[in-house]
Amino acid sequence: MTDLSEAVAVQDTAKIGPPLWLLAELTYRCPLHCVYCYNPVDFAKTEDELTTEQWFKVLREARELGSVQCGFSGGEPMLRDDLEVIVAEAHRLGYYTNLLTSGVGLNEKRIGALKEAGLDHIQLSFQDSTREMNDFLSSTRTFDLKRRAADMIKAHGYPMVMNCTIHRHNIDHIEAILQLASDIDAEYVELANTQYYGWAQVNRDQLLPSREQLERAERITNEWREKHGNKMKLFFVVPDYYEKRPKKCMNGWGNIFLTITPDGKALPCHTARMLPGLEFPDVRTSSIREIWYESEGFNRYRGTGWMKEPCSSCPEKENDYGGCRCQAYMIANDPAAADPVCDKSPFHNRITEVVDRAQIAGNAAQVKPLIYRGPKESLQLDRPF
Amino acid sequence: MAITTATVPKVGRNFRIQWEPAQDAYVLLYPEGMVKLNQSAGEILKRCDGAANIAAIIADLETTFNAQGLEADVIAFVELAEQQKWVDLT
Ligand code: SF4
Ligand code: SF4
Repeated sequence: MTDLSEAVAVQDTAKIGPPLWLLAELTYRCPLHCVYCYNPVDFAKTEDELTTEQWFKVLREARELGSVQCGFSGGEPMLRDDLEVIVAEAHRLGYYTNLLTSGVGLNEKRIGALKEAGLDHIQLSFQDSTREMNDFLSSTRTFDLKRRAADMIKAHGYPMVMNCTIHRHNIDHIEAILQLASDIDAEYVELANTQYYGWAQVNRDQLLPSREQLERAERITNEWREKHGNKMKLFFVVPDYYEKRPKKCMNGWGNIFLTITPDGKALPCHTARMLPGLEFPDVRTSSIREIWYESEGFNRYRGTGWMKEPCSSCPEKENDYGGCRCQAYMIANDPAAADPVCDKSPFHNRITEVVDRAQIAGNAAQVKPLIYRGPKESLQLDRPF
Repeated sequence: MAITTATVPKVGRNFRIQWEPAQDAYVLLYPEGMVKLNQSAGEILKRCDGAANIAAIIADLETTFNAQGLEADVIAFVELAEQQKWVDLT
């Protein structure tokens, strides 16, 4: 059972580094309906987005503590009419500013204004390589829009950074995805396998690729690298379900990452609000300094003092800090457990069962219809993941 | 390309170098990433402005830090920086 009563280790402010990375999730609204969306499944319940001035306050206070990389995401951040002024303020404060967008809503006027505001970089996401698959997987007609967005991004002198989330339904198109990346002159290409949070957890059996699919995709990516050299930097990220050790999630809880949700909650990672028994502070009522150094939400899983077995006596605990707290909660029902991706976890079989199922094409769980992210589905499901 | 004292390095188009008091260091910022630079890397990179050639950068460093014989170190660092695409060379 979940035991949330353990005392929080007293932290020495002097030893905690600054929140170098600030992720500003400007809105949960999005015109797309991705089946692997990382937003909370019950996002539609949140109201009251932060105002422009409240975002200014967040940016100023985080910058004072030492934040320097700033990402604007969502949902679709282009849906905020004040995106340009928020970016301008971030730029004025000295941030390196990154926009993570589906490209929908980007037009000549807005990209010009963003450039003017000092935006440093745009990451454009695609769902697949063809109009048919892109539009099927996002349940929209957006492929042509994205191609146009790519042209505009280039025309304004931005490096082309393309992201495509990989899963069972598009992994076999990896060649075509690489070709698309090359056609739009991408300099960085992130082929990141779906991570199973939010909507991806709802659709997990339908999305997890088989081992054979993964190996093929990795091989093709490597061959592409050999053939085309360093011109396009390719990052291929395998799903952690296929690993025996967990990822060093967020580089450690409350270590360098700070996420602010559209409604003003401060989180150590963008999925942490699902964790039970933890109050995460609100930026309207707490300063970023209090949030980062003093709040229980940020101190609870910092470092290694909170760990239980098998992590607490594990020689590898500094390598991965026990993995992801959300995954531990979703799968082992205890946010302080070892991430079940680790084969030392007593719940590791709950991961391998899913992996084993993924090897049998067309099994009952896999052929269930995909659930698309949307406000109606969100209210119906009414749960965090 | 081979690097000589006549080479002119410039911090790459997608990179920005700036001093960060919170880290007490120069950092190099780029799309979704950052490197914290040690003192000598920071001092060299901030001089890679696309105007000064390597000879001028070395001279400036040797005066500023009252040092001699920095040429090999500076060239080695610029080579590394070029591989990382931190600088473009002309
Ligand atoms: S993953 Fe898709 S649906 Fe979710 S916010 Fe991004 S673009 Fe929108
Ligand atoms: S037991 Fe815990 S600390 Fe050790 S490798 Fe597994 S998750 Fe990491």
